[in-house]
Amino acid sequence: MVLNVVVCVKQVVDPETPVSAFKIDPLSKQVVPADGIPPVVNGFDENAVEAALRIKDHTDVTVTAVSIGCGFVMDVMKKPLSMGVDKLVLVDDVEASNLDAPATAYVLSETIKKIGNYDLVICGRQASDWDNAHVPLGVAELLGIPCVPVVQKLEIVDQLLSIQASLDEGYEIVQSSLPCLVTVSNELGEPRYPTLRGIMSASRKSPTIWNIQDLNLNMTKLEPSFELLDLFIPVTERSCELIHGENDEDAGRNLALRLRQENLL
Amino acid sequence: MSDILVVGEWSNGSLSVTTGELIAAGRQLSNDCSLPVAVAVFGSAPESVSQQAIEIGADKVYLLRSQYLDDGSSEVQLGSLEKFCRDIQPTIILFPKTRFGSELGPRLSFRLNVVLAQDSISMLVEQGTNRIVVHRPVYGGNAVAKLRFPPRDPQIIILRSKLYDPISADSSRHGEVSELEYDIDPDIVKIKRLETVNRKSEGVSLEEASIIVAGGRGLGGPEPFEQLQQLADMLGGAVGASRAVCDAGWLEHSYQIGLTGKTVTPDLYITVGISGASQHMAGCSGAKDVVAINKDGDANIFKTASFGVVGDWEKVLPAFIDKIKELT
Repeated sequence: MVLNVVVCVKQVVDPETPVSAFKIDPLSKQVVPADGIPPVVNGFDENAVEAALRIKDHTDVTVTAVSIGCGFVMDVMKKPLSMGVDKLVLVDDVEASNLDAPATAYVLSETIKKIGNYDLVICGRQASDWDNAHVPLGVAELLGIPCVPVVQKLEIVDQLLSIQASLDEGYEIVQSSLPCLVTVSNELGEPRYPTLRGIMSASRKSPTIWNIQDLNLNMTKLEPSFELLDLFIPVTERSCELIHGENDEDAGRNLALRLRQENLL
Repeated sequence: MSDILVVGEWSNGSLSVTTGELIAAGRQLSNDCSLPVAVAVFGSAPESVSQQAIEIGADKVYLLRSQYLDDGSSEVQLGSLEKFCRDIQPTIILFPKTRFGSELGPRLSFRLNVVLAQDSISMLVEQGTNRIVVHRPVYGGNAVAKLRFPPRDPQIIILRSKLYDPISADSSRHGEVSELEYDIDPDIVKIKRLETVNRKSEGVSLEEASIIVAGGRGLGGPEPFEQLQQLADMLGGAVGASRAVCDAGWLEHSYQIGLTGKTVTPDLYITVGISGASQHMAGCSGAKDVVAINKDGDANIFKTASFGVVGDWEKVLPAFIDKIKELT
């Protein structure tokens, strides 16, 4: 029997955007994407794709990547396909732009239900825009399936999920029945690079595109929960005293002396 | 009567430090809204735990008992916490930003159909609306959002650690302790825990260290961390690292400081070869003084550092270490 793995991915503002290019529109209280810097697939979601593909390397599974949003950049969103994912489902709708965490979890869970027959859902631990770490847990709750956050390693053995999950100090080994939802982050390891063959194959695949109406949603659940009073760039005002010397070694010695003078050592 | 509820963690007969911080935070909110501060702990917590909670600021302690709670299953914890919250209807719930709080908080919010503010760095009760307003860093710390809770309780907050100092114990404080037994169907446990591997680093822990020497990608490999360790040992401190270092496998992920790693508050944070991306700074913004050694004078780290050397760490660091040896 072929198992179905669903990976949730999000298109985000590139977190490597230089601080100088990071701008907020004070009226709409939204981040303005920097000119010439395309969005990316959220980093931890690429780890999630990698986790799914590692299972696919050894097990007969179909991997479907799913994303909800608006204004997708197709070259960006096809990256999971070029890495080796089988299918891509995009919920592309103006009503699905800028949803907050509870609304996102709701729309994602309904999308996954519509895909149907899921055995394993893998999500990135958190998105690098709002850093909520909240949506995956909500999806698990709304689907009513068990959930293991921050997984370092996972494999499917005899219809059971064998998991190594991070703890604050160390890790634990757990086992879950299917279906189950897990989140992953950088501890899982580097996501693979798309191969040329993968890129070619992805270019031939078209994503399945749905809109909000296809999902028969309760639209009141899409309204924002919090009132966003302000969104601003924090100011860190600390002037750094640069320590110099005749050369780098001398500067190092002077640094020690200066810190000692300040009673910091 | 509604409470400010702290969902606490305990081990070896005492509350975790972060739980103490949450109780202190709860006390401060209580000044604004006059609600009592309650602490809920799971499992067969001994009397020392409830006693300690009261001495460091709690008005009430709820001991949530259940047959399976001592197994540490988050499913059982969540099941009993949900029932408990439906019973006592807290106004505000505070969770620690630990693995425990980061899982239970969001899941509870969905079960109770209320919202949660993640990773908050400040909170206050807004006059007039009587709702909580929080500040929380977003976009990896590049921006800060100010959010007001909607009019539906409980208002659930995950608080970043190290923002509040736990209140000193006062043995003359009084409070009430209730034991609540919850009947949980063992069938809700779908996740079987097989083995726990502890990787607590030796020596001073990062969270407790007053001096931290942290290295970044600029060090180029795992070997230079021996010098960092030598410096940390001399100063009675601990070694930390940026995410890039842990991802490259130079050090284990338990050394990672930052948004998705540890949050530290040393008096002195010495960085070597760390550029200071906001995701890293999110984990050390509570440091009193930051020292930067980096060859790139434009690196972000110099915006936060109080002292810095722009230079090649391979030359700066050994001379720095030798001079400290000479001075001590």
